[in-house]
Amino acid sequence: MGAAARFIFRRRGSNGRGKGWHWTDIVTWVWLVCGLLIMFGPAVWLGFSSFKTPAALAEFPPTILPYVTQEVRVEGYDKPLALYEATLEGGGTRVLAEVRRIGIVSQMVDPNAPGEIIKVNIADRAPVRTMSFATENYTQPFVQFDFVQYLWNSVFVTVMATLITLVVNSMAAFALSKYEFRGRSVAMLIILATLMVPLSVIMVPLYSIISTIGLFNNLWGVILPTVATPTGVFILRQYMLTIPDELIDAARMDKASEWQIYWRIVLPLAAPALAVLAIFSVVWRWNDFLWPLIVLSRRELYTLQVGLSIYAGELNVQWHFILAMTVVTMIPVVLVFIFLQRFITTGIAGAGLK
Amino acid sequence: MGQIKLTNVKKSFGAVDVLHDINLHIDDGELVVFVGPSGCGKSTLLRVIAGLEKVTGGSLEIDGRRVNDVTAAERGLAMVFQSYALYPHMTVRQNLAFGLENSKMPKAEIAERVGEAARMLEIEPYMDRRPGQLSGGQRQRVAIGRAIVRRPVAFLLDEPLSNLDAELRVSTRAELAALHARLSSTMIYVTHDQVEAMTLADRIVVMRAGRIEQVGTPLELYNMPANRFVAGFIGAPHMNFLRGDIVEHTPGTAILSLAGGYRIAVDPGTAPVTDGQKVTVGVRPQHLTVSRDTASPKVRLGLVEALGAETVVHGEIYGERLMAVLPGQQGYRPGDEIHLDLQAAPLHVFDEQDLRLFSTAGAKAKAPV
Repeated sequence: MGAAARFIFRRRGSNGRGKGWHWTDIVTWVWLVCGLLIMFGPAVWLGFSSFKTPAALAEFPPTILPYVTQEVRVEGYDKPLALYEATLEGGGTRVLAEVRRIGIVSQMVDPNAPGEIIKVNIADRAPVRTMSFATENYTQPFVQFDFVQYLWNSVFVTVMATLITLVVNSMAAFALSKYEFRGRSVAMLIILATLMVPLSVIMVPLYSIISTIGLFNNLWGVILPTVATPTGVFILRQYMLTIPDELIDAARMDKASEWQIYWRIVLPLAAPALAVLAIFSVVWRWNDFLWPLIVLSRRELYTLQVGLSIYAGELNVQWHFILAMTVVTMIPVVLVFIFLQRFITTGIAGAGLK
Repeated sequence: MGQIKLTNVKKSFGAVDVLHDINLHIDDGELVVFVGPSGCGKSTLLRVIAGLEKVTGGSLEIDGRRVNDVTAAERGLAMVFQSYALYPHMTVRQNLAFGLENSKMPKAEIAERVGEAARMLEIEPYMDRRPGQLSGGQRQRVAIGRAIVRRPVAFLLDEPLSNLDAELRVSTRAELAALHARLSSTMIYVTHDQVEAMTLADRIVVMRAGRIEQVGTPLELYNMPANRFVAGFIGAPHMNFLRGDIVEHTPGTAILSLAGGYRIAVDPGTAPVTDGQKVTVGVRPQHLTVSRDTASPKVRLGLVEALGAETVVHGEIYGERLMAVLPGQQGYRPGDEIHLDLQAAPLHVFDEQDLRLFSTAGAKAKAPV
């Protein structure tokens, strides 16, 4: 047993020496297993379901894995026929292909002897099922719909918004952490106070501003209102406060201009906090739904999240596409967390945030 | 080039006055040490000269040019910070080059100057390391190197040795002295360590509570402290102070009576003394010697610190604490009583305002330890 397995499976034990089961071991296991199911169950269900055909999605009882009824081409029939395992009247079972169903009677043929029709009660047959991944759920939206366009829009919005967020917020944080001026703490408080104002409150005024300056139906209309975030300013400011002032004095003695101090000294040293803000910003902008939905009304401008909503029509919800594209939209966020989680923890700890 | 002149320089932070009327003239090539207890304003004065703090009154001139409103970058000074303040994300080479790049110097000249400083300070082997990968002593050298490459009008050093261990401090101190001799440029050095001040300085500026108490060469300060504060601050262990008064005087002699009634005849020189004047008599621990004469003041010993080469005894004389540094290994124990020879020691007599009235040469001055 490897060290990892020993670590995972170790327990307190009834005598405190790792043998037997103490009640806390049981509680811990139950608790953690439940947590695992609650956390990962939906994600796993989403992942597998995204590979199901519409028919398999509508099936009851639902299955975790994507099964389809096996089909076979039989001579004399144009369409492929579904295969069933039928229990015959004389006893014994045979694998037959269903030609048609009339009432409770299914007319079947043996694929190997297509001449003879065998009538079977539908209660006596069970579909022959096989696992099959409906990859067309993924390929179709890219081919048929404007999914590539949505993807590009989302990437554009996310990248631009994140870059501008980093520059704008770090400048504000630099001023608020390294310059002494009257009203500095008041300014910081006001910025923090805007955390209390939710988007739904400022939505209408924000909309009229955006539409007045002609950014309605423009990706910049999605980007610009989101770039200045109080959270970003706060994270960066708290981090920059830990950069010693002597470094900045040293840079001043070294004839650095204020811009050079910001660009060449403070920004590189604030890299851990910038990484955190970048991660946050990517996740926020990528997952944004409401504001892009408001600003963008032309299809070719839709971002992924807005684009996904059009699969839910008035009469018909194309669940298979929604599920598959949800998986696609999740991928960047998951990757960001997998590869950058080290930065998130150190950065958040460094910024003194919870 | 490198004259710095301060005339009535004042600095206040809001309502708090940190520096009061500082007048000081620093000559080209001089190594001046600002020394004083913590909070005396010596670092602030250095930052004011550097241009990192604005002067709130008076005038500051560098090479005859008034620089009150000139930015730190334009004053042509270089500073070595207490924490070294090396840019942690840059290599040693980049640290050295940063200031030169900012003044738009050609690349070839930057490389040449950086190389020269690296050779001078023997930091060539780790030019491509980051400050975090260097030891304290190496960082210190890089910090000095960053100042040297700039070829400044004057160097400002803010407690540059305080982060080094004792042994390294002594060797770096010697290197700094050698460096000053070699560069022969003006240096202003801030420290709270009076030994550093004594060993390095051409002139020492003793500060207290935002005021200059005395300016002078190390030995001037040691031999002729202007007031009781300077007397107590310069020299280790610090000077002993005994209360007394002048009971009578004639031109050329004055009779001092210590608190216990012990009388000493001294020469006040031209000092204005009056009969019955309350004075404080200062005597350095190193100048005290053991006397066989039982009429000499008696000291009951408390702590005895045997250091091998010398013995530091703490005791009580006429109800006042006293310390003496006696040569060699004396074998005294706490509780012993010894007699000390005050007549033979150089004495410093201060008036009630703690200003020095006069000093006596003493019969046989020992070399200071």
